[in-house]
Amino acid sequence: MTTKSLSQRALLAQQELLEPCTCLGALRNGGMETKLSAVVMGLGNLVHRQYIKGLLFLAIEVAYVLFMIFFGFHNLYMLGSLGTEVQTEVWSEELQVYLYEGGDQSILLLLYGIATILVTLVMFWIWRGTLKSAYRVELLHTAGKKVNTFVDDLKGLLDENLYRLLMAPPMFFITALTILPLIFMICMAFTNYSKIDNHLVLFDWVGLENFASLFDNSSILGSTFWSVLVWTLIWAFFATFTNYFFGMILAIVINRKDTKIKGFWRFCFVISCAVPMFVSLLIMRTMLQPEGAVNVLLRNLGLIEQGASLPFFTDPLWAKVTVIVINIWVGVPYTLLQLTGVLQNIPGELYEAAMVDGANPVQSFFYITLPYMLYVTTPYLISTFTGNVNNFNVIYLLSGGDPVTNLASTAGSTDLLVTWLYKLTIDRQYYNVGAVVGILTFIILAIGSLITYRNSKSYKEEGGF
Amino acid sequence: MTLRSAKAARLRNNIIVHTVLAILAFIWVFPVLWVIMTSFRAEKGSYVSTFFPQSFTLDNYIKLFTDTTILNFPKMFMNTLIIAIFSCLLSAFYVLSAAYCLSRMKFRMRKPYMNMAMVLGLFPGFMSMVAVYFILKAVGLSEGSLIRVALILCYSGGAALGFQISKGFFDTIPYSIDEAALIDGCTRWQIFTRITLPLSKPIVIYTVLTAFIGPWVDFIFAKVICRANADQYTVAIGLWRMLEKEYIDNWYTSFAAGAVLISIPIAILFLKLQKYYVDGMTGAVKG
Repeated sequence: MTTKSLSQRALLAQQELLEPCTCLGALRNGGMETKLSAVVMGLGNLVHRQYIKGLLFLAIEVAYVLFMIFFGFHNLYMLGSLGTEVQTEVWSEELQVYLYEGGDQSILLLLYGIATILVTLVMFWIWRGTLKSAYRVELLHTAGKKVNTFVDDLKGLLDENLYRLLMAPPMFFITALTILPLIFMICMAFTNYSKIDNHLVLFDWVGLENFASLFDNSSILGSTFWSVLVWTLIWAFFATFTNYFFGMILAIVINRKDTKIKGFWRFCFVISCAVPMFVSLLIMRTMLQPEGAVNVLLRNLGLIEQGASLPFFTDPLWAKVTVIVINIWVGVPYTLLQLTGVLQNIPGELYEAAMVDGANPVQSFFYITLPYMLYVTTPYLISTFTGNVNNFNVIYLLSGGDPVTNLASTAGSTDLLVTWLYKLTIDRQYYNVGAVVGILTFIILAIGSLITYRNSKSYKEEGGF
Repeated sequence: MTLRSAKAARLRNNIIVHTVLAILAFIWVFPVLWVIMTSFRAEKGSYVSTFFPQSFTLDNYIKLFTDTTILNFPKMFMNTLIIAIFSCLLSAFYVLSAAYCLSRMKFRMRKPYMNMAMVLGLFPGFMSMVAVYFILKAVGLSEGSLIRVALILCYSGGAALGFQISKGFFDTIPYSIDEAALIDGCTRWQIFTRITLPLSKPIVIYTVLTAFIGPWVDFIFAKVICRANADQYTVAIGLWRMLEKEYIDNWYTSFAAGAVLISIPIAILFLKLQKYYVDGMTGAVKG
């Protein structure tokens, strides 16, 4: 009788094993040792003779509990108030300066608090993993199958679980140096961490106040935001499409059958993007100064009067046109490289058919090339547009956001949202407003690109090997 | 008659096209030529009344490597070299392993990871830079020579989010090769190191070299993390400082020399690599 029920259980376990083990399944159907693993991690593995694995799980749990007792709970507690104690100034005879002692530093408290939350989330994920592992080993045991030894597990890491081994280090650094800082910055948007009212050491949660002040049209911050936003969108539109069309026409002209020395022309354009971008932008900036090379050349040629200069970066409208034009210089070689391949993919028969029907080159451009290119390169256009909204280098190195027309505002007339964000955080130390600007940039980009990107062909067809 | 006029029209078109191309090519090459000329210019200062240099000299290059009192270019060069070597090894490892896993293996976090990479890409890159500085400060990497470690971590840390081009390349390798190897008893690790990587030499080279170039051309991150630690500056910050008001008169021609020096290797790499650059981009676009 008992043997029969045992074999029945083994059969059931075998069936269960076909499905991937789930956490809920472990809690519902697992044996005593599996259920207890939820409290004492690794117990299930220990019972079923996976000693090293079980001990490792247990060690992780102990480490986490110790961390929480000594630091974690305090960190989480302080996250609520972000510190209340003011630093004290102490005069140091020895160094002849004021030293700041004690007190709470809100920025560190915020950082530690968020880090603790992230550690807890990772811990929860490990906890689920151990529970599943315990359940699985129990099922294997009941089904009478071989239970993996530690060496087997290590070998598995090089084989079917290779992704765990390979993805772990990058994921660790992405979490620590990309995700954690981002959450940190997002949190700043809801505090009063700013030089205004001297909140650089001790600050507090203020809810949506920063968002409200940015959307308040009557304040200088609000009006700056709208003007910067409008210019950012204008810039991104022109920067994307001027490059796209100019690069495409250039590629078509170079690739046309009658054009000689194609390689040489391509080389001429490509050589300029071989120079590091920040170098070429800094050179452009110095060349376009009132006393720079371009004005000198124009004077020598007699095109402008001696002593006169073209206001490339000193007149708002000139500056805006200048950055867009220079962006063409910077960007077209890349576009040329990228679009050449796509252009060559257009079936030649289409053009032959058009020729037979008596279409001229301009017509075949508008009725064949352009529709085809727009269809194929939509994802590329979206990513370029996104890149241009976030195009920090061109604006910062070229005009630095200048000219500043309204002295009360924190942004110049060529400042994009990103360069404004940089000025707000690094130069002015208005960290909270900077964070709000960053979040809004993200939201604008996300809404636009996510919808288009997810509907694009290349995303939908991804995944089938 | 019509044939001859067609021929004439073609000739006329060709002349127009080639003239326009020549003018455009001149516009694109001109700034590059100008900086090379400036790097050999004997007259100091950034603003000159004549367009072409009056006399040529090698002093600007010599000054760059011998005058180390104010801006220590050799030291910056070594800093950048060390950072570039380590960060390129680390990021190449991260990128290639992430790309391999996403291209070849099926696991639950695959789609979420790819979506996450895309969402993170929408945030302004340096929005988190201030926060990164605080984190590095909290773990004690913001002072002295540890700044180098900090910069290596920064440059390589997020590298695995840029897996797209490598993944696109791996996707083109037929999966049947992997299957055959699996049947022969290869582990995935062996497939990765002995089959996939050797078959993807171009993309491996591309990944390593782009990661190597990164620290030479980035200057925002380096500036925020180095702050006032002048002995840890990278070449990019050094060149940028040469154009600041207090240095520009003495250092402008040396700036051009430095720009030429770091542009040469990058230009060579770029010209060699443009094929892979194009392949990677069109691969992602073709859909």
